[in-house]
This record gives sequence, C-alpha cells and structure tokens, in this order.
Amino acid sequence: MEPLLQIDALSKAYPGVQANDSVSFDIEHGEIHALLGENGAGKSTLVKMIYGLVRPDTGSMTLLGQHYAPARPGEARRAGVAMVFQHFSLFEALNVGENIALGMEDAPDRRALAAKIREVSTAYGLPLDPDRLIGDLSVGERQRVEIVRCLLQNPKLLIMDEPTSVLTPQEVEILFATLRKLASEGVAILYISHKLEEIKSLCNRATILRLGKVVGKCVPAEETARSMAEMMIGAELAMPKARDYQPGAVALELKALNLPSLDPFGTSLRNVSLALRKGEVMGIGGVAGNGQDELLLALSGERKVPSGMITLNGEAVGDAPPEKRRALGLLTAPEERLGHAAAPDMTLVDNAVLTAQTRRKLTKNGWLNMRKAASFSDEIIAKFDVRTPGNHVVARALSGGNLQKYVIGREVLQRPDVLVVNQPTWGVDAAAAAAIRQALRDLAANGAAVLVVSQDLDELMEMSDTFAVLAEGRLSKPRPAEGLSIEEIGLMMGGTHGMEPMAGAAT
Amino acid sequence: MIRLERRKAPSKAMLWLTPLLAVLLTMIFGGILFALLGKDPFAAIHMIFIEPFTDSYSQRQLLIKGGPLILIAVGLSLGFRAGVWNIGAEGQFIMGAIGGGAVGLALYGMPGIWVLPLMTLAGALAGFAWAMIPAFLKVKFNANEILVSLMLVYVAENFLRAMVTGALKNPDGRGFPESRSLAQYASAEMPMLIKSAGLNVGGLVAIGAVVLAYTLLARHRLGYQIKLTGQAPRAARFSGVKPGIIVAATLGISGALAGMAGLFELVGPAGKLTTNFPLGYGFTAIIVAFLGRLNPIGIFLAGILMAATYVGGETVQFALQVPAAAIRVFQGMLLFFLLAVDVLVAYRFVLKKEAK
Repeated sequence: MEPLLQIDALSKAYPGVQANDSVSFDIEHGEIHALLGENGAGKSTLVKMIYGLVRPDTGSMTLLGQHYAPARPGEARRAGVAMVFQHFSLFEALNVGENIALGMEDAPDRRALAAKIREVSTAYGLPLDPDRLIGDLSVGERQRVEIVRCLLQNPKLLIMDEPTSVLTPQEVEILFATLRKLASEGVAILYISHKLEEIKSLCNRATILRLGKVVGKCVPAEETARSMAEMMIGAELAMPKARDYQPGAVALELKALNLPSLDPFGTSLRNVSLALRKGEVMGIGGVAGNGQDELLLALSGERKVPSGMITLNGEAVGDAPPEKRRALGLLTAPEERLGHAAAPDMTLVDNAVLTAQTRRKLTKNGWLNMRKAASFSDEIIAKFDVRTPGNHVVARALSGGNLQKYVIGREVLQRPDVLVVNQPTWGVDAAAAAAIRQALRDLAANGAAVLVVSQDLDELMEMSDTFAVLAEGRLSKPRPAEGLSIEEIGLMMGGTHGMEPMAGAAT
Repeated sequence: MIRLERRKAPSKAMLWLTPLLAVLLTMIFGGILFALLGKDPFAAIHMIFIEPFTDSYSQRQLLIKGGPLILIAVGLSLGFRAGVWNIGAEGQFIMGAIGGGAVGLALYGMPGIWVLPLMTLAGALAGFAWAMIPAFLKVKFNANEILVSLMLVYVAENFLRAMVTGALKNPDGRGFPESRSLAQYASAEMPMLIKSAGLNVGGLVAIGAVVLAYTLLARHRLGYQIKLTGQAPRAARFSGVKPGIIVAATLGISGALAGMAGLFELVGPAGKLTTNFPLGYGFTAIIVAFLGRLNPIGIFLAGILMAATYVGGETVQFALQVPAAAIRVFQGMLLFFLLAVDVLVAYRFVLKKEAK
C-alpha cells in the first residue's frame, strides 16, 4: 500500500537561514509519526509547508497518490490535512459551538453542530459542552475544542504541534488515548515534540531533524531516550577543554526557587537551586520555553520572589527591584535585544543609561548627566568594537551582532559581581559571538561569577566550568563541564530529568 | 492588494514638515467646505490663518486663548509619551475651575496678594485629584484610563451644573445658575503682565510649563523613564521603572496643569462659573499635543496656531455667518490630516499580490 503522504526533497530558505534542506520522509495510513528536533531544527517550517501556510522553494509532496501543493490552509483542510497549533486561535467571548463553526469551511446549523460536537467529542473521550464559553475553559479543554474542530472534518492526517506542553499529566493520558483510537481508525498523526519519553510511548516511527536536515529515522520503541537525544543534538559536539578554574566564595545562590509562569504557554520554575561561585562560568542548557525566560525575570528583578530564594553575596535579594540588585552587583542581559535589553528607538547614549545609571553614577539627584552617559557609551563602543557611526545612533539601526556587543559590553563594563546572560550570541555573526564569549570568560577570570543561559550546546561547552540543564522548569544538578559525555548531556536534555545515568542504563 | 509597509528611516525633516503639510491640507479642504457652504473660501481662510497674526487685537488674543491650550497640552504630552492616555483633561479643567473658584468665592472680598496664588494651588490640586481617579483605577485594577478619564468629563460637567445651581450660586444673582463674578474681586483678578502681547499670568505659567517639560524630558530621570515606558515598556521594566509611578506621575501632572488652566480661564476671560464655562479646551489640547509632535516647543507653536483658528473662527462666524460647528469641523480636520500625513511619512503604500 502506498503511503498516505510522501514528502520529497522539500527545501525552504529564509534570509540568512536554510530552514529546511531537502527533507524527505513519508507517513503511512494510521501511524503516529514523530517529528523530533531541537528548537530551530526546522520542524515548524516543515509542518507549515504541509498545512499550506508556507510554500516550499523546491521539492514536492504526494498525498494519496495525488500531487499535493496546498496554497493555503483551506486547501490543505479540503485535502484532509488538519492541524492543532501550539497556540490556540479561539475567541474567549464565544462559546465552544460558535468557535468551532467559525473554523469550519461550511458549518452546519447551530443545533446540528452542537449535537455533532457532543457525539464526536464523547466518542473520542474528549467530552465537550458546546454551550460553554471558551473563557471559562481550562487550557486542556481549549485544546480539546481545537482537536474536535479538526475531527469534525474527518481528517486523514492530523498534525499536532507540541500538544502536551500545556497539559497536566492526566490530560496527557487522555490525549494519548484519543490519538491511539484515531490511529486505529486509520487517521495518520504527525506528532511534533522534543519530549522523548512521550514519543517512545506514543509514536510508531520518528523522523529526526537537525539544522533543517533529516539526520535520522527510527522506531522510538526500539530506541532509548538517550540515543534519540544524541541524534537530536548531533555527535559533533566539541568537548570542553580543561581549564584552570579556581572557584571562590559563593556569589549567587538560588534556594528552591519557585515561580509560576504568567503566560499560559510559559513554564513555571520548580525548585530551582544552584550556587554560583566567583570566577565560575555556569552554563545552563535546554530547549527554549523550559523556564529560561522566567529564570531571567526572577534574576533581573522584573518579577519578585520571596527574598530568601535568591541571595547575592549572602544578602537576600529575591524581592529587591532591578536597580537595587544592580547596586549590589547583580547584572543581567535578557535574550531579546530590541525591546527588552535595549529600547529600539532611543540612542546608544540613552540605552547606556538604561541599566548603568546607578553603578556608573549617571544621575545625580534625579538629573541625568548626559556627558557622563555619552562618555560611557563611547567607552562601550571602543572596548567592544561596536561598529556604529557614533553614540547618537538609535539602537534599531545597529546590526544584531553589534547591538549584542553593546548590550553585553554595557553590563560587563559595569564590573558586576554576578552577570546573568540569556542567549548571549543568538542571531549574532561568528566574529561577534567569539568576542562576546571571550569577554564573558575574561570577566570570570577577573573574579566575577557568570551565568550563561543558552540553547547552543557548543557555546556552553566552550565557555562553561559547570553545566546544568533547565527542563520543564526544573534545573538538573550542576556538574563540572569537563568530562561530561554526549550521552550524559543528551540524557539531561531530553526532559528525562531526574533520571541519572544508572537509571538510563536500565532501559 | 494594497499594504502599508514601514519605511526604513522616516526623515527628520519630514517629522517637522508634516504639521505644516497638515495645515496646508486643512486650508485646502476647509476652503472647499466653506465654498460648499456658499461662502468665499479665500476670505475665510485668510480670516482664520492670516488675520489673527496681523491684526493687533487678534494678536493679543492668541496668547490669551493659546495659554490654556498650551498648558493642558504640555501636561497631556507627558502622558502620551509614556503611553498613558488621559482623554479627560476637560474634566480636570472644569474641576480646577470649581476647586480654585470655590476658594476665591469663600474668600470673596478679602484683600491680599496671596488670594490668587492660593486659588491657583487649589485649582491645581482639584485637577490633580480628579486625574488621580483614573490613575488609581488603572494601577489598582488595570482599568482603561481612556474610558475612565473620558467618562469623568461628564461627571465634572454635571458637578459644575450642581455647583452653580447650588453651593456656589450667586446669592444676589436672582436665581441665575452662575457664581458671583470673580472679575469684580480685585484680589482674584489675573494680572496682565504685558498688555500689548496679551501676556497674562496664565500665559507666563504656560510658557514656564513648556520650559520645565522640555528640561524634564531632556535631562531628568523621570522624563527619561516616561520616554522609555512609552517606547519600550519591557525595557522600562527591565531598567527598573515602576509602571504605576509613571501612570500616577503623568496623570497627576497633566491633571494639575489642566486644573490650573481651568482656574486661569475662570479668573481671566470667563470671570465666573456658569454652565457655559467648558469650552472644550481639554479636548482641543489633545489635537495641540499631537500637532506639536508631543514636543514642548512644538506644542507652544501648535497652541498658538490652534488659538488662531479660534480667534479667526470667531471672526469668520461673525463676518461670514457660518455656524460655530464649522470651526470645530475645521479643527477636527487638522488632526485628521496630521494623522494621515503621519502614516504616510512612516509607511508607504505597496501594491502587491497576495503573499504566497
């Protein structure tokens, strides 16, 4: 029997990045097929092409033996392809029935639809009351609405984008039962995730993407979480070099830090503990969306936690505002340069004032000393080799790498005791990235404690003295980076947290 | 399909040319409006835009009418810069007049050079307090300040009606719904500083507010935080700006300035509290703030221009017998064209087939 969907050498490039590079695989009738990869591996571009949201540059698809090239999602739906997005598109002020009707090509009348919703949702174990308002539903129930909306159109292929990231463990079980039932009826499911244990228990086959290419295919049930993680992160990782690192006293300590996420799609921090010493660079790895943003907000002071959960040089600062923390020596550099770390439409001088007013004494009795600010700005530009016509230029006008050098330089030159950076080289060219890493290493060599949060494992291995992984809001126990093996990192990465190598060996 | 595409870098010169362009467009379309009403468009435009600057009586009126507009608009611009939308300056203006006026009426007849300063202070406090209502609700319950401040305008109007028919009614006024005339009370009279220029104390305070606001924005930490909050709210929180303080400060300052403007209007041109006291200055000031690019100096120029449309508008009404509403349409046109021209400076039209 021919496969349901055959994907042949699909490629898609965006400016500066090859999102998909000649990707080929096929999906059989009634199978649950996992699409596995780190963030940025090209999973979402691929499914967007299948769902008609993005047109491939080259390559072709064949659905049920017919040439398949949907120009828009409507065509994909008519061809029998449905998709449940990670972020829902539901109107909170409307009820379930109305929301479902809105997403259908030709919705039946209200009463017939309500009956149909009841029937289908009960049949698949996802009971829904068509009259309830979306605003009153839990996140899990909202997802049911999206799924039922797809099921009403009798899809042949159902694409699910990280469906379990918003669900409780109980809801996950219910969802899996539904998906298995669908598969037994012949519906194919393309299941996107980076949670290895889920894939092992649910999926028949897996295709693994890395940097836009298919790097492996496997039967998850025959693999271990570790082996799949290795395929996902690749084996060409450079191992950390031995470094003479003499840790000093503890500078920053997190004690069982808990922080609920404000965003329903965010990740709450659970019991995060670490001790960062003077002269130490600690790397925190993990796939984005596992609590990185929340950790940064808790450390910068944008979100407050009970004071004892964060101590700086022995002083409890968990509830201190950002400026107080800076005064005490804790500086941070957020991931998003434009809009968070820097104000896009303000000049570089104004952006120097953003975080340096206290430590660089740029204000006196509330009045800004613009001359001092300008000279600090010039100092950053000179010492960090920021390519700009001058300090009067607005931040938006700088290239990503130059602005990132400016942002990192602004913090480094304030001589912090502790510097926390999120994704220091994200979207930055290689030369700037090397300069930034060197600056952070030098800072640690001069006695500061540096915490680097990054998704780039190569970067973390190059820079870190100690290494930990943030997965699902929990931080693994930090370990010396030197001597860490790929297997160990893979295990820490795959969301199989708490599973020590011993337990891994048992599988 | 026509799309708007953001231009890479809108030129600095255009930023300042657009208000002039908007004025020009208003002249053209306003002229068409007058022609449709059967009036001579050239005479009307001349009376509105040229005569106020050439005729010596009208010249004096420019600062007298422009003063309150500038004073209110400067305050509003601080909030608008921070993304805090105080639409209720009219209400704060009325409450300022009532608060300051009540002090004057309580002291009625008592001599002393401290009377006017005390009334001014009371007016500023009343406007401040009225603006603190939306500020409090915004900070505490995240209530939309646009709606709250706007609705409070109508509350203030009714409060004024209640006051002039109740507590502040002229006891010797034979039942007319108005207060005693403060113009008859020497200590409460607003001194004219330079008669030939029409510069009174209110005008001086307005000019002072322009200078202070300029300094605040260019040199003070609060001004910096206001700009930062408006341009990059997340960067502001990262920097350590407390959003609640910015909301309270900007609403408070604009309320106090609007309240002061109300008091100056009361002790100057109006003379007494009546139900006709509100003239819409609080709303017109919104146009002035944007026409002046939310920049204090720009606001000064825009305030004078807007005053000209008032002064000239009165002449037109009188000389050409056009309805008063035509002048309001005229002012609305000015804001409309400014916003439209602004969009075209920041964006450009792109004709493009549907994205694939």
